[in-house]
Amino acid sequence: MTPISPHKPAHLCLLQSSLSYSHLAPSNPFLILAYDKIAVASHRLEPMRKGKRKKKPSPGSSQRERESQSHLLEQKENPNKNPHSFTERERHCDFCLERETKNDAVKMFRNQYDTDVTTWSPAGRLFQVEYAMEAVKQGSAAIGLRSKTHVVLACVNKANSELSSHQKKIFKVDDHIGVAIAGLTADGRVLSRYMRSEAINYNYTYESPLPVGRLVVQLADKAQVCTQRSWKRPYGVGLLVGGLDESGAHLYYNCPSGNYFEYQAFAIGSRSQAAKTYLERRFENFTGSTREDLIKDALIATRETLQGEKLRSSICTIAVVGVGEPFHILDQDTVQKLIDAFEIVQDEAPAAEPDAGAEPAAAAEEGEGSGAGADQAAVPEPDVAPMDI
Amino acid sequence: MESNQSKPGLLCNPEGSQRTLYPYVTGTSVVALKYKDGILMAADMGGSYGSTLRYKSVERMKPVGKHSLLGASGEISDFQELLRYLDELILYDNMWDDGNSLGPKEVHNYLTRVMYNRRNKFNPLWNSLVLGGVKKGQKYLGMVSMIGVNFEDNHVATGFGNHLARPILRDEWHENLTFEEGVKLLEKCMRVLLYRDRSAVNKLQISKITEEGVTISQPYSLKTFWGFSAFENPTLGAEGSW
Repeated sequence: MTPISPHKPAHLCLLQSSLSYSHLAPSNPFLILAYDKIAVASHRLEPMRKGKRKKKPSPGSSQRERESQSHLLEQKENPNKNPHSFTERERHCDFCLERETKNDAVKMFRNQYDTDVTTWSPAGRLFQVEYAMEAVKQGSAAIGLRSKTHVVLACVNKANSELSSHQKKIFKVDDHIGVAIAGLTADGRVLSRYMRSEAINYNYTYESPLPVGRLVVQLADKAQVCTQRSWKRPYGVGLLVGGLDESGAHLYYNCPSGNYFEYQAFAIGSRSQAAKTYLERRFENFTGSTREDLIKDALIATRETLQGEKLRSSICTIAVVGVGEPFHILDQDTVQKLIDAFEIVQDEAPAAEPDAGAEPAAAAEEGEGSGAGADQAAVPEPDVAPMDI
Repeated sequence: MESNQSKPGLLCNPEGSQRTLYPYVTGTSVVALKYKDGILMAADMGGSYGSTLRYKSVERMKPVGKHSLLGASGEISDFQELLRYLDELILYDNMWDDGNSLGPKEVHNYLTRVMYNRRNKFNPLWNSLVLGGVKKGQKYLGMVSMIGVNFEDNHVATGFGNHLARPILRDEWHENLTFEEGVKLLEKCMRVLLYRDRSAVNKLQISKITEEGVTISQPYSLKTFWGFSAFENPTLGAEGSW
């Protein structure tokens, strides 16, 4: 980037950079809380970056650079406008990353500030952290809801092939805490191990269960460290932590950015928007819900994320923790019975999507009782195309 | 402290040993019991320097956080160090500011860990501790010794109190003592200790902890009776030249 662009007056740049991020709120709530709305002067910083080994563009491409810059600004001003027709996309392929999933149409553009986690963009963003949040959206859905006395965690478990087992996405941390993950499951596993270790150490010293709120803060601080070291990368996993405290039942969401929020109900991962919409309609009743109603709501929300595919206990996992009930994962038979019970009633019509293709139902998963899903596994059903795992 | 462990021949070390080998200024027994609303604890205010009753205004019971009361016998300086540890513990607990707080059970267990760890390093905190408290209606009374032995009971005592006070408590303690009954029972135990324990002084405090909080009484003395006929002419049966 030329140090001071003669084509863009400095004061104009300042104006353009100081746009607020509030319109990005629905998909990126963390931006409101984590970043200052007032951006620093962008182009004024350029001279200081001379020494860095940023690629110097050839003279002819400065036109392109300016266009891409305007692209960035276009995105901020009008996120709904799609600047990319198919032909334009080819021209700007160096600078933008567009994900083609049905629900989450977020456009992230490549830029020169996204190589390092320790590099700020002129607009005051840490792009590596934002990309880590994107990784969470790539994982399969995880849902959590809580009432006054119980917390239910549910997740969609799809195996890569019929031959393999599915990924473990729900972990017991202690008798009173459990976590569901979405994103890079390896990172999730490591963080679960950390949580278990913290819970056990606290119990050893104080003979008392670790309060969930404190565990979540420790987790968030651990994630924050990775956003501020040049030799680390942020954890690419979002965690839904559910547990019991002396102050009641709690559900928290931990981001890769190091933020955490408490929720009545939440969903993360791919196609989670459908589940969130369902939960938003119903969450006001959750506080007083019974355990059974809560589990039913979790299953229905899970079904929403499947978008037409039949909900079977072999592709989802449910875990419960409550007063007098230690954290445990429900076994397949129980879950299948619960699914059958409410599918007969069918109070909510599932989102109707045409079947995109045929795929035999997942069967013979390692360690899973295939006999439990006997009625489905025996007859391969036409399913939608396999989703990202 | 740790470096002393790795050096052989501690006595050759010009700094000398840094471990606790003997207690110097010590407090005597602490007696405590559960009653209807919480815990009652009694301790006298003496600090002995060996066999001399040197300090007579030592407070051996202190509140810890919102829910607990700690009483100690043994080395007074080690008790003060423990209070500093607990101060820091409670401070960090409060700094979380999240509606959770450490109750008597948690503090008791923390103290057990501290005492046991120090014992393992051969550098004990030379105390016997009594930890009592009430949290959310649950009464808790426990004891930790200098080697990390810990237990919970309805009535506990340290030092001489184990031998002189506990038999009385075993006979006369029952559930749901009123405050007056509890105080009377404790005073009975303290009187026996005053007569029979040579390191007891006649200046004691009684403290109580309930759901509302901690109250430590002003120091006061027990009435004693020495008018036994055998004391009137002690040398009656055995005259001697001195």
